[in-house]
Amino acid sequence: MNAPAFTDNVQLLNGNHAVAWGVRLAAPDVAPLYPITPQTPILEKLIEFQSQNTFDAELLTPESEHSAMAAAIAASATGARVFTATSSQGLLLMHELLHFAAGARTPIVMFNVNRTPASPWGFWPDQIDSLSQRDTGWIQFYCENPQDSLDTVIQAFRIAETVNLPVMVNHDAFYVSHSVEPVSLPSAETVKDFLPRQPRQIQLGDGSGRSLGAPIDQASWNLTRREMDAGMSLVEDLTAEVGRSWATLTRRTSAPLEQYQTDDAEIVFVTMGSMTGTARIAVDTLRERGVAAGLIKVRLFRPLPAAALRAALMDVPCALVLDRNYSPGTGGVLHQELKSALFGMAGAPRLYGLLTGVGGVNVPAETLEKLAADYSDAAPDNNPIWVE
Amino acid sequence: MEKISYSDEGQFCSGHVACAGCVEALSMRVILNAVGPDTVGVVAPSCSAVILGGHPMSAAKIPVLHGTLESAAASASGIKRALLAQGRDDTTVLCLAGDGGTYDIGLQALSSAAERNEDILYICFDNEGYMNTGGQKSSSTPLNAATGSTPLGKVTRKKNLIEILAAHRIPYIATTSPSHLSDMAAKIEKAKAIRGTKVIIVLIPCLPGWGVADNAAVKTARLGVESGVFPLFEIEDGVRYTMTVDQKNQPIDAYLAEQKRYRHLSDDARNKLQAEVDETWARLTAMVDNCPL
Repeated sequence: MNAPAFTDNVQLLNGNHAVAWGVRLAAPDVAPLYPITPQTPILEKLIEFQSQNTFDAELLTPESEHSAMAAAIAASATGARVFTATSSQGLLLMHELLHFAAGARTPIVMFNVNRTPASPWGFWPDQIDSLSQRDTGWIQFYCENPQDSLDTVIQAFRIAETVNLPVMVNHDAFYVSHSVEPVSLPSAETVKDFLPRQPRQIQLGDGSGRSLGAPIDQASWNLTRREMDAGMSLVEDLTAEVGRSWATLTRRTSAPLEQYQTDDAEIVFVTMGSMTGTARIAVDTLRERGVAAGLIKVRLFRPLPAAALRAALMDVPCALVLDRNYSPGTGGVLHQELKSALFGMAGAPRLYGLLTGVGGVNVPAETLEKLAADYSDAAPDNNPIWVE
Repeated sequence: MEKISYSDEGQFCSGHVACAGCVEALSMRVILNAVGPDTVGVVAPSCSAVILGGHPMSAAKIPVLHGTLESAAASASGIKRALLAQGRDDTTVLCLAGDGGTYDIGLQALSSAAERNEDILYICFDNEGYMNTGGQKSSSTPLNAATGSTPLGKVTRKKNLIEILAAHRIPYIATTSPSHLSDMAAKIEKAKAIRGTKVIIVLIPCLPGWGVADNAAVKTARLGVESGVFPLFEIEDGVRYTMTVDQKNQPIDAYLAEQKRYRHLSDDARNKLQAEVDETWARLTAMVDNCPL
């Protein structure tokens, strides 16, 4: 690794513009883009960069997110570095092709702005759009703030291109997408060195004459999923390694799980996305009151870092999973995932699945402080709990 | 007798899995050879995808992306843009789709690619229905034709996709038929030399789907051309219409008689179908005659 290229280029950026900066620095070859609130500022900023000759990807503006993803897959299969962005309805329209992209092992990076799906219509932060895509074979990250989004979208290209799986990076509508914060921008050289272009193993039109995706027998189809499984199994360690490598360049840490005040914690919040910032404040306040509170931020959701979650929650008496999403019939998705990860573990915490902020309802730190008080000595409850 | 003038460079291999007597395989042979080796293909789920065969074998010498049914034109756009990013501006991107993937579920993506004038060559093998799934109607199925989902005959007419495409003012649109292979090769070569969106619709009489005898698909296609049911013409820039084969020298009866899908027709229904063909023909010849220079 080269000498650390620290930068003092700090700009005030909203989350979406931070993403656009990250994408500009990652320099994809092709970017099919379709507008949707609240993703549109990513598209607009990239097109502005292109008009200023600071971003020279082939930009496609097709008629739908479905075609955007179809073009993304085909371009990626032809060896291009590809980026696209969407939100909510757009992501859901892509659903068929999300499976396709992963099956075709196309290392696309997509940014999704988490937004409530219709019906009824809403434009509010809620993660069910992307969480309901968890079985499509995409690696998924959830970001806390604009800096996290910029850092993660850059790292996502390296992770995707290492394991040949697509990566979906998410942040919450408005709380992150439109909130302005100081963001430290790495230099173009830093990112260029961090994301070397490597020839792909299989590439349409590479002269070999090989086709992609033709009908296949059962055993061979089965094998494709075993190979995806092998790829997925590398992602947790790879994410940690890429995060360490990024830290040497930027002094900013990023890991599959991020822990705050968990060493001696008696009660731990488990969060994803923008709720993490609120939970940090709640932890600080609770600590001032003498409550041993802590926080685990699940940054990498797919593949779920289950072993790391077990280690982090071992012998913690109580954990509160804060789900800004609702899967009808089961409850919060992260709660389900935690129950699954902790199943059968001796020393597992009492786990509460708290539906907080579903539909974008505001959840202030005071609410989390009250939850800590309410559940620190409560009876076990496996069912999802709606929080007022 | 017409001499077929195209050069077979071995771009379409034996061992494909088309039905015996299928003229889609014949058309594919002509098209793949005319388009040449510097080509990347996209195939939508369709008879074409089946004909090319299963992994790891392929009847096509060119690399092909087997994409989704509704996104052939979008996939082709993505390949083209990736090639442009690599400086490979001259590589042809070829789409092979059926009428279901073109007139129906793929129309939105095709319209968008045409609106952007993406540099792709899009071939629609038009067998007038979902023949690969056993023969159901599509919006390309003509009036009165019986299919699995219109057992008494379709009550509405075939969608006029060509005029829809012409309204996009793309540089090149053409129809062609496996009964006129020299015309087919010439149109592919012409389209290949044009930058922008090119769409060629190929009439494919389907042996099981239309109830055509195993040795009668070429004859049926020829009767379709000669009766004016499927005129061969081209449209440049959406406005310049040119007939490319002299035609319409007979009524539709011989064409219908080759196909079981029309055998239920009453005289009245036959006359309505003839009237529709005559009207469409008159409209087309008016477009040719009024063609701006």
